[in-house]
Amino acid sequence: MVSPNTPETPGGTERSSVAPRSIKDVVIRLAGNSQDGIQAVGGFLARLAGRSEQDVMTYMTIPSTISGGPSIFQVRMGTGDILSAGDRADMLVAFYQHSYDAHVSSLRPGGVLLYDSDHVKPVEEDRRFTSVACPITSATVEALGGTAKDKGKNMFVLGLIARIFDLDVAKLTTLIRERFAGKNEDIVRNALLGFDAGYAWPQNNLRDLFYRFEAIDQAVARSGRPQITLDGNSAIAYGFIAAGVRYGAGYPITPWSSIMETLRTELPKYGGIFVQCEDEIASISTALGFSYTGSVAITGSAGPGLSLKMEALSWATMAEMPIVVVNVQRGGPSTGMPTNVEQSDLMQAIYGSHGDTPRVVLAPKNVEDCFYTAMEAVRIAREYSTPVLLLTDQGLSSRIEAFDEPDLPKLMIDAKVDRSERSADFKPYPLDRVTRHAPAGSRIASGKYPTVTGLEHDELGHPTGSPKLHAQMNAKRREKIKALAATLPAPEHSGEAEGDVLLVTWGSNWGPGREALARVQAAGIKGGHMHIRHVHPLPNGLEAVFARYRRIVVAELNDEGVYGFGQLALMLRARLANPAIVSVCKTDGLTFKVSELVAGIARHIGHAALLESVGTARPSPLAAR
Amino acid sequence: MSSAVATPHAPAGTPLTKKILTADHPTWCPGCGDFAVLASFYRVLEKLQYPHEKIVTFAGIGCSSRFPYFVNTHGGHFIHGRALPFAAGISLGNDELHVFVFGGDGDGFSIGGNHLTHTARKNVRLTYVIMDNSVYGLTKKQTSPTSPIGFKSKTDPWGAIDQPINPMRTLLNSGATFVARSHATQVNHMTEMMLRAARHDGFSVVEILSECVEFFEGAFDAAVPRKGGTWTLIDEKKNDHSPEDAQRHDPTDEVAAFKLAGQAWPGAFGVFYENKSRATKNALEADLIRKAKERTKGAADLALLQSTFAKMR
Repeated sequence: MVSPNTPETPGGTERSSVAPRSIKDVVIRLAGNSQDGIQAVGGFLARLAGRSEQDVMTYMTIPSTISGGPSIFQVRMGTGDILSAGDRADMLVAFYQHSYDAHVSSLRPGGVLLYDSDHVKPVEEDRRFTSVACPITSATVEALGGTAKDKGKNMFVLGLIARIFDLDVAKLTTLIRERFAGKNEDIVRNALLGFDAGYAWPQNNLRDLFYRFEAIDQAVARSGRPQITLDGNSAIAYGFIAAGVRYGAGYPITPWSSIMETLRTELPKYGGIFVQCEDEIASISTALGFSYTGSVAITGSAGPGLSLKMEALSWATMAEMPIVVVNVQRGGPSTGMPTNVEQSDLMQAIYGSHGDTPRVVLAPKNVEDCFYTAMEAVRIAREYSTPVLLLTDQGLSSRIEAFDEPDLPKLMIDAKVDRSERSADFKPYPLDRVTRHAPAGSRIASGKYPTVTGLEHDELGHPTGSPKLHAQMNAKRREKIKALAATLPAPEHSGEAEGDVLLVTWGSNWGPGREALARVQAAGIKGGHMHIRHVHPLPNGLEAVFARYRRIVVAELNDEGVYGFGQLALMLRARLANPAIVSVCKTDGLTFKVSELVAGIARHIGHAALLESVGTARPSPLAAR
Repeated sequence: MSSAVATPHAPAGTPLTKKILTADHPTWCPGCGDFAVLASFYRVLEKLQYPHEKIVTFAGIGCSSRFPYFVNTHGGHFIHGRALPFAAGISLGNDELHVFVFGGDGDGFSIGGNHLTHTARKNVRLTYVIMDNSVYGLTKKQTSPTSPIGFKSKTDPWGAIDQPINPMRTLLNSGATFVARSHATQVNHMTEMMLRAARHDGFSVVEILSECVEFFEGAFDAAVPRKGGTWTLIDEKKNDHSPEDAQRHDPTDEVAAFKLAGQAWPGAFGVFYENKSRATKNALEADLIRKAKERTKGAADLALLQSTFAKMR
């Protein structure tokens, strides 16, 4: 590989002649301030991995302040399945003293501490890591010239990383050019200058810090489609478009807003409309109005906004109006921790409304699944004429992953509105069939036009106070959700089919759960992992699976509550009456580390050796030999 | 309750009559002003002769909001105060529909006040009829946002103490592009106002004073001549260059409309304001779609999404 402008090797200077060492994957944490553009570096690395058929997962924290403040971007890239963003970093790039102070503890022993020697003074006697002092700020200023100040440090760091990990420079420079395409040529030039300077720096300053990712196993089946790289919220927005959604409404709230921004920009190209409303209630009301015209519409929010939508959601159950409501969960209650992750809205999603409101709640497991779950949510809403909640979380919303491009020609739904004339026996609310509304604009052969309503009603939509009809209609609304449950596939289940412990996860805990299972099995424990995407209604048949394990450990990002169980665990205990179900819960606003799951399992099954192994940090693969 | 054995649909082209448009028998109390509003609405639809299936009648919660059950058109009954954003979804979701929303003063000015402001300012094409009885009737006599000071209700047994809303000022201020006022005892006037509202291209609203005989009897007698009141019609400008025309009300003059709205009770009735030049949200959104399709050269949906994904490689 040749750097775009390989620096001449100054005579007499020591230079690296060591062959790069092979590694499987690496976790790089960039710590700086939110205006340093470290998200951009993470984005470039993620997209590079996607184009290289390597797997990648990122993890990002942004401060909830408007501008400025500490920010990190963690990227894990490598060969083979990357399931989580990594518990601890193999390399920490510290831009400031506060970055170093806050994040040095996240480095694995033997990891690489790369710090900006213009700003950071590390603890001298700390020999746990390989420390690299690099004058990131002054080197960037020097490379870019005086007017640039230190803008461009991020590109310098990208160059450094590219050299150290032997990344594909041609592909990276293409990505940089694409990213800044259409902007001032100076911007592109500065970005590339910064990148080149960073790329050149290790050559003369580092002796033994060169790595290369293992070759991709060609035997692993790939779809043959190229990989795309995007975040969870974008995947949801495009999943809706693929599912034929053309109308929606919303109100800004973190971390949901980017879904509405994407749909507002994209839908007009597809002949659709996304309305920014005056409030959360107006959003769901407008979306329901869109659905009433015959095309399943969407709305969404985060926890506080979902609370405001609850009355209208109850109407949607009563009126049997299809709608999909996204809830990007964040730390609660109230305004809580708006830029942190939590899974504490499950009960709200299932039971938050007044009255008996059986409805559907789905939770995607990763970014790729955000796309497919969005499509599934729309399909279910349409087929069962019901509200469907799509419960994602802040972690998934901003995380970037690379995955095989969806097979759009097979998947795209052309959702035509059916305004054909309805026959004379048309009933909006038949007791023996799923409701199929006649959208306004459809002639009704009987000449009797239907009323959709939140009052209890007879089959024709007329209000009723009949005790018998209310019971019958409640049963109808419940039975269709049970009918859906009967069609749901068994949840993904890996590991042993019986044994000491079954780890159960939902939502974005899928990846850490899979890795935790591997660690548990490696310790000689017979265990399995089940991941539940259909959180309500639950798929049938869980009883038999659960009965084959001594302990069922349900891990979720919410509080153990007054009764000592997380929200899904409570549901599962109520549904299955199985006392072996226990909880691992936490509410620190961060995603699960694999080690936290392993420790939780070890405690519940009383495995001292496993618990002890969690406390011992494993050395980084970057460690000097 | 209507019979499940339906009479067949009148063939397309058959004129819409009150007989065809009548659905469930109203649940209102005998003597309620809302009966007259319903009767006028049938007449409006008879005059408009829209295709039957393209008429939508929607409402929120309240006595007046039972309206859609009594009109045989597509329609529905949503939650309290939120009928307007729902109806905005209907109007924007299918531009061919004729959307009518009915509600009361609680629905429109209290719980749904924010929606009224924003649906009006966005100029969504629909017609909103507020049947104002100045009392919460369905919940049996509590003070409403338009109850006058001194009105004795179950929540103000000593008489209301809070300043009521001035509906006309509120509507003008919200940016509604057609604002009119009528009275349930004036069937011809109500019909004319609703007819003009329906023909207006934009957000049109008619406030109709409609007496609740059960809980606020005589509330609007001040505008009923046979009860000793004064019925003052707004004399609209005819643009005939006559000397008297200069004294007439110009409905395009917002300041003049505000002046009218500030008159002492019972005030004037008719069209306060009409703005025919402001674009509807329906038209503005259609324009966004047209421009987006121009940029993408009308690419098919599949090709569009494929090209988006190609940029994410």
